Amino acid sequence: MKALPKLMFELSREGKIGCGLNEADVPAAPAVDPALRRGDIADFPQLSEVEIVRHYMALAQLNYSVDAGFYPLGSCTMKYNPKINEKLAAADELQAHPYAPCDLVQGNLEIMARLDWWLCELTGLAGFTLSPAAGAHGEFTGMLVIRKYLQEKGDPRKVVLIPDSAHGTNPASAHFAGYEVREIPSNAQGIIGLEELRAHLTPDVAALMMTNPNTLGIFESNITAIAEALHANGSLLYMDGANLNALLGVVRPGDLGVDVMHLNLHKTFATPHGAGGPGSGPVGVAARLLPFLPVPRIVKNGDQFEVVTDDPRSIGRVKNFYGQFLVMVRALAYLMTLGRENVRRVAEDAVLNANYIRKKLEGKLDLPYATSTLHEVVFSDQGLAVKTLDIAKRLLDYGCHPFTIYFPLIVHGAMMIEPTETESKETLDEFIGIMETILREARENPDLLRQAPTRTPVRRLDETLAARKPVLKWSRGGDM
Amino acid sequence: MRYLPLTDAEREEMKKIIGIADVKELFSCLPSGQCHPPLDKLPGALSEPELVAAFRDFAGKNSFSGQLSFLGAGAYAHFIPEVVTYLSGKGEFLTPYTPYQPEVSQGSLQAIFEYQTMMAMLTGLDVVNASLYDGATAAAEAVLLAVRRSGRGRVLLASNLHPEYAAVIRTYVQNLPIELQTVAVAEGSGRVDEPDLRAKLDETVAAFIFQSPNFLGVVEDARAITAAVHERKSYAVQVVAEAMSLAYLATPGACGVDIAVGEAQSFGLPLGFGGPYLGFMAVREEFLRQMPGRLVGQTVDLDGKRGYVLTLSTREQHIKREKATSNICSNEAWCAMRAGMYLAVMGKHGLGRAARACHLNAAYFVSGAAGLKKIRVVYAKNFYNEVLIEVTKGTAAALTAALKKKGILAGVPLSWFDRGQKGRLLLAFSELHDRRAIDRLLAALGEKA
Amino acid sequence: MAQENLLYSKDHEWVRREGESVVVGVTDYAQHELGDVVYVDLPAVGKELKKGDPAANIESVKAVSDVFAPVSGTITAANAKLGEAPELVNQDPFGAGWIFKMIVTQASELGELMDQKKYEEYLKGIAGE
Repeated sequence: MKALPKLMFELSREGKIGCGLNEADVPAAPAVDPALRRGDIADFPQLSEVEIVRHYMALAQLNYSVDAGFYPLGSCTMKYNPKINEKLAAADELQAHPYAPCDLVQGNLEIMARLDWWLCELTGLAGFTLSPAAGAHGEFTGMLVIRKYLQEKGDPRKVVLIPDSAHGTNPASAHFAGYEVREIPSNAQGIIGLEELRAHLTPDVAALMMTNPNTLGIFESNITAIAEALHANGSLLYMDGANLNALLGVVRPGDLGVDVMHLNLHKTFATPHGAGGPGSGPVGVAARLLPFLPVPRIVKNGDQFEVVTDDPRSIGRVKNFYGQFLVMVRALAYLMTLGRENVRRVAEDAVLNANYIRKKLEGKLDLPYATSTLHEVVFSDQGLAVKTLDIAKRLLDYGCHPFTIYFPLIVHGAMMIEPTETESKETLDEFIGIMETILREARENPDLLRQAPTRTPVRRLDETLAARKPVLKWSRGGDM
Repeated sequence: MRYLPLTDAEREEMKKIIGIADVKELFSCLPSGQCHPPLDKLPGALSEPELVAAFRDFAGKNSFSGQLSFLGAGAYAHFIPEVVTYLSGKGEFLTPYTPYQPEVSQGSLQAIFEYQTMMAMLTGLDVVNASLYDGATAAAEAVLLAVRRSGRGRVLLASNLHPEYAAVIRTYVQNLPIELQTVAVAEGSGRVDEPDLRAKLDETVAAFIFQSPNFLGVVEDARAITAAVHERKSYAVQVVAEAMSLAYLATPGACGVDIAVGEAQSFGLPLGFGGPYLGFMAVREEFLRQMPGRLVGQTVDLDGKRGYVLTLSTREQHIKREKATSNICSNEAWCAMRAGMYLAVMGKHGLGRAARACHLNAAYFVSGAAGLKKIRVVYAKNFYNEVLIEVTKGTAAALTAALKKKGILAGVPLSWFDRGQKGRLLLAFSELHDRRAIDRLLAALGEKA
Repeated sequence: MAQENLLYSKDHEWVRREGESVVVGVTDYAQHELGDVVYVDLPAVGKELKKGDPAANIESVKAVSDVFAPVSGTITAANAKLGEAPELVNQDPFGAGWIFKMIVTQASELGELMDQKKYEEYLKGIAGE
């Protein structure tokens, strides 16, 4: 096997040039105090363009990606990233400076307004802010909106209710908005029970943060009654839209009583994950919450788009400039490609694929909840002689990225599987076949799993060492 | 439809295996009343050529392309080598998931490790994280970090911070027990007023947040500031909105700064109408365990081979939940990789050259502007790439309108951020400008009417 | 397993009396649940704590856990060796892996802790869940 790539600092040699830029053609007359200048950037890489291309090509070959294979990661919605969207987002005519005067960027403002319109149509909410840079950023924004709304009514309240199956960003976001988190246990069906909710619904509750379908892939079927109970209590319903892929075109959260929700453009709307980001987390609200949305806001004045940057009732600004504009471009292109004919097909195929996998693996893995599931399914490690981690690592040996592991926390050794609608039946059958093989290995020769992976560029890595003796950058004379 | 691989025959087969007749049965848990809303308001699906035409229409409504731009104020147009666009666009870098399974993610992990290394070299600090959303939210995270680490509840903000950064900080702390206070700017120098800073510093102050080069384009005396701040055992936090300045000016680390945050869009990211950009955070070692964001660390595998992993994840929300250092999950990883590619391609000499050109071009403008009647340069000393000018004849609006007619965008009016600041414009210079472009600007500013 | 002559809290801290002071650490059960310990955040000497206040913080690769003051008191020492060798908590939780010492201000609170037998029963109860 080829040796692993060196670090660029190890390949660097004095005098090598990688870029084709000339010196400035103005007189060399610096005007800044020399005491404010830095010296040479010691050890900064010096490589030729050729070597840089080879370096990154070598790194590329070490990466799994959606372009290369299946990612059955629950709650991540790792669907295919359309290539035409990349081309559209790279168009020179869209790359305006964010402070270009409005009249010169009407096209860009229209793109944002158009995306807002699409998202309202799909969710049944009254308006969106496109500012938040990711889902967690959207959650934080949404919680601030809720708090400002309640504050204007006279009492911001103290507590936010969050189910035990929620993603960790939910309680973190509520906390940063100044709220205390109170956890609601899921019931035996895996959802929030109405009576359970009522028991927690004290006058100091500002909101319930619900993911729907939840992280078990189960639709929170009490949602309408829950919304009513919350509203009767003067509380609001926040929906984490990470799992919207199951509902696209099938049901609109606004119609079910949701007051505030965030979306993940890098999940449901097919924008690329880029190994961790950038994402985009637009937040939509019911009409009475519109005044509190962050600035800036795109408004239409006659036939001109304008930008509002001041609004005393707004929660303020949550980000520099307009948000992740080039991510929005990709999401809009995706929606325009789907059109009314295909929007619902996305949810239907996503749910069909997940239920197909569920049916095929049901007898072989423990299913903690009998309740029907939508676009994802969660199995547990009950009855297995091996750990979920070992199954995941063995999947890597078969060229398949593992599912989400150990989340949600309420399932022991959770294996969360979400195929999405962009996978073919062949891929699903191949995955199922691999799982059957691995489960057989688990019974007959579990060491194969515990030693896995053996066919990847590196084997299991010492995470304890990485955390005990953190080495977070290269340095000259450093060991290893 | 090309993103939906299932055929009708396969759908039938799968439904049979599942035991249903209609896919609608899988949605029976949904409230039937609201299910399947009419979608007729949505436009019809577009073919690929139709989609391209639709976006050409959008682009056609933009008219900034022909303009010679000197816009800055937090977003800067720089030269992006084609090889950076080529490499970053590869599916192996664009389409992977977060590297939680490191064995098949060594490409992303090593690329980000290299980015962390180069940013540490540029900031002169010990640890750099794997990205935050942008400079403004990074500044807000720095405030939270300083408060968390010091246990103190007051934070001082320089009043010459980028107004959007200050606004985001205010939004972030609005419901937290953190008190913000501004420190004045000395009119004559455009820099932080040191006596006012010293007057406001005390043992209740967690940190002083200042920007350098600041929003008015002036380079602060960071060493003097950090000395004053450290006397009260508070933290010195430097905001850097133009990352290119790190390759030209004394580093935050060398000046005694504890936390450096800012915007690294200048490192290979297109202007993109504001995003996605790249927030960075660099800290001294002592802040490591309270730092927000992901971190890539080096380690070895079972065979002793060097490899990389996401590490110190217990700070993060998926483990600490409401006690997390931050709620950040998805970040700007791809942007960080791309910045790493840019920095590698530019290299020591290329980056130095570009950084130098930004200042020399600004200096050439300032010396040429000395004789102009319609405008004056407000701070002709200690600027880096950005210059504040004041319109002395007529209004700023009239001047920018006249320049726009001549095909020049110059510059960002301060009145957008503060109605009291009439007549002032920020002009930014980069290595993309040349003598001819700046001469053209000077000529346009020198003309009558 | 639990050790004799120690007292135990419900949060799996062990307590060894040394005159007016106590030495505190976490039990073998706790270190096993945590996994490989990578960092211990120690309390400052002189810090005053009430029973149940978070005193220290243990980070493993996959989790973070508070170590609570089992009784009220003032911190007199913290195990600096854990800075270089946090793995001592895993290797020798009752000995070299001790975490902090404190002077007890409310001696009656010691009576509220479990003895070895009660702690072993407590562990059996947890295992049964």
